[in-house]
Amino acid sequence: MARVLVGVKRVIDYAVKIRVKPDHSGVVTDGVKHSMNPFCEIAVEEAVRLKEKKVIKEVVAVSCGPQQVQETIRTALAMGADRGIHVEVSGKDYEALGPLQVSKILAALAKKEEAKMVILGKQAIDDDCNQTGQMTAALLDWPQGTFASEVAVEGDTVKVVREIDGGLETIKINLPAVVTADLRLNTPRYATLPNIMKAKKKKIAKVKPADLGVDLTSRVEVLRVDEPPQRQAGGSGTGVESEECTDTQEGLCLGDGPNQGGPVSHGDWDKPEPEPGPEPLCVCDPAPPVSTESEQWDTVL
Amino acid sequence: MAALFNVRKALGVVMGRGGVRCFSQLAELPEIHQMLRQTCRDFADRELAPIAAKLDREHTFPAKQVRELGALGVMAVEVPEHLGGVGLDYLAYSLAVEELSRGCASTGVIVSVNNSLYLGPLLKFGSEEQKEEWVTPFTTGEKVGCFALSEPGNGSDAGAASTVARQEGEEWVLNGTKAWVTNSWDASAAIVFATTDKSQKHKGISAFLVPLPHPGVSLGKKEDKLGIRASSTANIILDDCHLPLGNLLGQPGMGFKIAMQTLDSGRIGIASQALGIAQAALDCAADYAHKRTAFGAPIGKMQAIQFKLADMAVAIESARLLTWKSALLRDAKKPFSKEAAMAKLAASEAATFVSHQAMQVLGGMGYVTDMPAERHYRDARITEIYEGTSEIQRLVIANLLLKEYQP
Repeated sequence: MARVLVGVKRVIDYAVKIRVKPDHSGVVTDGVKHSMNPFCEIAVEEAVRLKEKKVIKEVVAVSCGPQQVQETIRTALAMGADRGIHVEVSGKDYEALGPLQVSKILAALAKKEEAKMVILGKQAIDDDCNQTGQMTAALLDWPQGTFASEVAVEGDTVKVVREIDGGLETIKINLPAVVTADLRLNTPRYATLPNIMKAKKKKIAKVKPADLGVDLTSRVEVLRVDEPPQRQAGGSGTGVESEECTDTQEGLCLGDGPNQGGPVSHGDWDKPEPEPGPEPLCVCDPAPPVSTESEQWDTVL
Repeated sequence: MAALFNVRKALGVVMGRGGVRCFSQLAELPEIHQMLRQTCRDFADRELAPIAAKLDREHTFPAKQVRELGALGVMAVEVPEHLGGVGLDYLAYSLAVEELSRGCASTGVIVSVNNSLYLGPLLKFGSEEQKEEWVTPFTTGEKVGCFALSEPGNGSDAGAASTVARQEGEEWVLNGTKAWVTNSWDASAAIVFATTDKSQKHKGISAFLVPLPHPGVSLGKKEDKLGIRASSTANIILDDCHLPLGNLLGQPGMGFKIAMQTLDSGRIGIASQALGIAQAALDCAADYAHKRTAFGAPIGKMQAIQFKLADMAVAIESARLLTWKSALLRDAKKPFSKEAAMAKLAASEAATFVSHQAMQVLGGMGYVTDMPAERHYRDARITEIYEGTSEIQRLVIANLLLKEYQP
């Protein structure tokens, strides 16, 4: 019966303030709090729900990296995954590890474990690549349902509702398939104490990329890492009367000055603007897109 | 050879790096405890902190959250699995209460009272039948218990219990009033201490299991407290309350000993609650120090504020280590009363100190309900009073300390 592979990535915790290393080769990770990528949590939750619905039999959590990623795998086990696979990658290989290498590893494991589905988070909050799911599907020559906000397995096919720029797109794809989880797919459960205790007894197998026939050579070289530009204070302008002034005019309204208005409300983290960046699960996320008229049922690939 | 190593490694992981007696746990917690701490912190951040102010304003018992905490397993941390609990240790319990109290102090005390004051004595002194009837239903968060020791006429003077229990045929009959009972309005059972033999003084007190509601038992009005307002506190009035003989906990005359031993452990719970309140207050103050500017710079750059924050951090961290140590000693089944009293004393005084200074750092903003500092200030105060006042803690510590120096 069906087995699902879930990829989980250990990333710097979303609430931590990122600092760039003095030599600009990367960000500081030593002693910094790490946790499971929020989208990976959603992926694990979805896999466990499929198991609870008895659609699939086994959930296998996979992570690539050094010894510490075992904590992340164990969190997945505590959420309900059945066993884990730790793909050992460390040192320079780990620093250079990117979507291409990970997708090769996941593709090899998916074949080895005879998985019916690979569920991943849509992207990681540290690199924001949004590539691993798509590459894995391509390497396996499997269909993909990315940015999923709804997943329904129907026999040998999966109906995936995808969040796209224009709204919601519904597709039907054949199994085996790759699905990547978006924010609104589900709300991940807490790892309860009894489950944390049970997770201790679940197995985590260790495997090396070479054993899977994967070459970790990176085709990408990071030249330099810099912080985003510091938030600038608003300026005072001349000439625009208050009636004509709207918020959209860039900081030129009369009365705008630095540090106007005292403290920000409790709990908001100061982020430099503009902030395209990482996606914490946040109340200020835009409302889900309205479903468009044309819901197409396409059998893809 | 490899198999041996794996067994040792596995044991090390289960018992925490070479056994529970190993104090390296003070420097880095075992993995289970870290995961548990993270779960409780996430729950506190997402489910408790957003509603804490409202719960406080409206004096509402967080029934839904308590049920969810039951599902998480934190309402019965030490209870063995066959009775419906998680079978974890007191260090885990202490971490859980601290993290939850950081989100909402009232929820922290509700969890603490259920674990330490209600389930604690049952686990230690209850018979197997009593455990099945009175423990298992109280592990899920559906029902909570409470502990009725103090009376209007005596708090610290616990040996002077004027509530009486006499045996009448196949029943006990209880009469009297208990005061300051936390969880009383929301509880489904209470452990009530009553005098069965006045001539024996404090050795004549016994402990009884009273279901709530029950004929002959009524509740006084909910106290209108300064803080921890989401937890209910009231008198329990016993007016010819009839109980089956099987509702006696332990032996007749054992009540005082049960109460004292229970409070020893309960101290660790309250110390943890105080740590959570203190940490929340420190978080609030340190965050504010970064953002608030005065005299052209964030106030965090000023020594006056820096010294305050440093003192606050030291107070919390030292109290936390004391609390962890007392939990570890208890888990190792070593004497821990002195350390538990020290922990409760240090943590509660840290909570009042830190929340006071946090309000000072926030200035005017600390005084209004827009910021949580005022709630932390109000919540912290009770930790120096209940489950043994700071003065009683000092007596306990001094007594045990002097015994060590007995010539």
